[in-house]
Amino acid sequence: MCGVAGFWHFDKRPMDGTPLRRMTRALAHRGPDAEGYYEAPGIGLGHRRLSIIDLSTGSQPLCNEDGSVWVAFNGEIFNYVELRADLENRRHVFRTRSDTETLVHLYEEKGLDFVDELNGQFAIALWDATRRRLVLARDRVGIRPMFHATLCDGTVLFGSEMKALLAHGGLRAEIDPAAVGQIATFWVTVPPRTPFKGIEELAPGRMLVLEEGRRTLHQYWRHEFPGEHEYEEKSLEAWQDEVRTLLHDAVRLQLRSDVPVATYLSGGLDSSILTALVKHHHINDLRTFSVGFADARFDEREFQRQMVRHLQTDHHEVEVDEADIGRAFEDVVWFAERPMTRTAPAPLLRLSGLVRDSGIKVVLTGEGADEIFGGYNIFREDKVRRFWARHPDSAWRPALLSRLYGYIGRDPKAEAFWRLFFRRGLENTSDPYYSHRRRWDNTSQLKRVFAPDFRAQMQDEDAIIGELEAYLDPGRAKWHPMCRAQYLEMSLFMSCYLLNSQGDRMMMGNSVEGRVPFLDHRLIELAARIPPKFKLRVLEEKFILRRAFADILTDAIASRPKQPYRAPISSSFSVGDDTLVQRLLRREALQRSGFANAPAVEKLLAKGATNGVSERNEMALATMASLQLLQHLFVDNFQPSGSEIAHEERTPVAL
Amino acid sequence: MKNEHQLRSEIRQFVLDDLLLGDTASMLDDDESFLETGTLDSSSVLEVVMFLEHNFQLTVQDRELVPENLDSVNRLVQFVMLKTHAA
Repeated sequence: MCGVAGFWHFDKRPMDGTPLRRMTRALAHRGPDAEGYYEAPGIGLGHRRLSIIDLSTGSQPLCNEDGSVWVAFNGEIFNYVELRADLENRRHVFRTRSDTETLVHLYEEKGLDFVDELNGQFAIALWDATRRRLVLARDRVGIRPMFHATLCDGTVLFGSEMKALLAHGGLRAEIDPAAVGQIATFWVTVPPRTPFKGIEELAPGRMLVLEEGRRTLHQYWRHEFPGEHEYEEKSLEAWQDEVRTLLHDAVRLQLRSDVPVATYLSGGLDSSILTALVKHHHINDLRTFSVGFADARFDEREFQRQMVRHLQTDHHEVEVDEADIGRAFEDVVWFAERPMTRTAPAPLLRLSGLVRDSGIKVVLTGEGADEIFGGYNIFREDKVRRFWARHPDSAWRPALLSRLYGYIGRDPKAEAFWRLFFRRGLENTSDPYYSHRRRWDNTSQLKRVFAPDFRAQMQDEDAIIGELEAYLDPGRAKWHPMCRAQYLEMSLFMSCYLLNSQGDRMMMGNSVEGRVPFLDHRLIELAARIPPKFKLRVLEEKFILRRAFADILTDAIASRPKQPYRAPISSSFSVGDDTLVQRLLRREALQRSGFANAPAVEKLLAKGATNGVSERNEMALATMASLQLLQHLFVDNFQPSGSEIAHEERTPVAL
Repeated sequence: MKNEHQLRSEIRQFVLDDLLLGDTASMLDDDESFLETGTLDSSSVLEVVMFLEHNFQLTVQDRELVPENLDSVNRLVQFVMLKTHAA
């Protein structure tokens, strides 16, 4: 796992290696083990390496036999063994044992179609010197990040994180109000938009090809579901066998590594399945890692420990409290590079710190199972509301909602209220965003926390939806409603938030590589073909997955309802002693940046410290806190020289 | 005892400051529904109840937690009048 940075210009201007080194070193946390460069007129490739496969000879950038194709690569190609055998049969000569080297030879064979052959998680910068062509490619669902920006003189900068682009010196960070408006609606920015003006995200499943006078964006992979009435006739058992076989194979491939691999154990179904598979079939002395919360409302240690006893793993846990989250939040924003509606990444940054301190570089996590097998409440809510909408006067139908949302069951006295709350827009089932509209409308209300001037620079609702519509696949209208909801959840929250802000960035911040076997693209494609009734059986989520692996789990875990992973917000900003985030939420700092409706923020903070605030206002506070940090770290005091140095230098900044 | 005018003005201030975070442009008419306008989310009913109990020294019973009592400025005014006069 690694960091990639570089730049390209269509003419053969001489290279200045200094900015390339600054850019690459801004990614030192992603690759602490080695550094390498390739420079030629018009092109610079930089690479920071975290050594995982082929520890001795796998340094990058590397090239093919005659030096005409070069690559700098972040990620893993899990099927490199098979690809290599095939390429060697075609007389390609390999100089290393690395997965990286398959890329250059495969490109020679297949040209731009080389990505179709890859099973992995990757962000690739490939230079074809003969054609003077730069190829930037990103894996199918965005497990690994890639950004680019074009300067006035036509130079294209690219890198694994935006801080690398900003370190070049030719680009200044400026917050894009439209991006903040999208986050305060969808919880994410819609690619290619990023929180910074002028910097674009290379969207998942895409490849950007730059040649003289030509710039082409290809989408080489997309989510596809059968038409609503076009499912294969196959028994539940047959689907179940396929799921089992393929997950086994995904785990087998993803354990390819020359360094020890551990797993995260959240206490939920997905990470328990993974851990059990790894322990039973591959690594007997498996190490597992978990987050525990001092606050019992968020804690899942009881279930984690149950699984640990069951599987006899060498378990390590880190306990996190509100003060830890408040303190860690500045690092979270430094690594995630975005405003966020929650603090949930913070404990994960602590956790990867524990992993690194334990001498582990690679962990497997259960991410993706909820999306591909239908684990989230939003899928169940969509189903219940569509069912209710057929008989809007039914009293019994909406009562099913209490099986989804714990707070309804715990607080039955406000029943009439939540019923009305879920009834908004009930009968508008032809809305293409029916599953998510309620969430987005509700989230949009938090925009009141912004100053009117700043809010006025955001897109209006039509423009926001228009930008989303342009990004999404128009073919989705013919899919089953649940698949449409899954597609939205995968395209937005999973690819644009979970996999980076709670995944890649929180792990790479501590030089740890995460792997996500549930997102092996073969498994994503298989799950998409399984009829929705086997994923969400009545209201039982991830039914087929639960059934397929019931034999390796404890009963309590196999039958446990899903608990969303959450972390405290407002209380984290009010405890502790003068953290950066606390200083940035004071009136003077709020007035200086101009983003906030300052009296509202003060009021919410005061309430958060005493009585607590509503869910939506919790999100408002997290968004404002992270936006203030983003401005402070990237706009007002940007330190390009790598996170550790930047960290030391940014702490004493007077406010 | 507060008169209706005072009650209404305190309730409107609460709606503006606490539910709308001071956003005067989206202040509701007195008979507009909090739920239908998205002003309340499912967890913020609690805020309304806490405000009533704290400001008007009354106790909201479980059976009174219905939209008919709490879902607009007018309904809140009526509800508080009824509760405080009855007391």
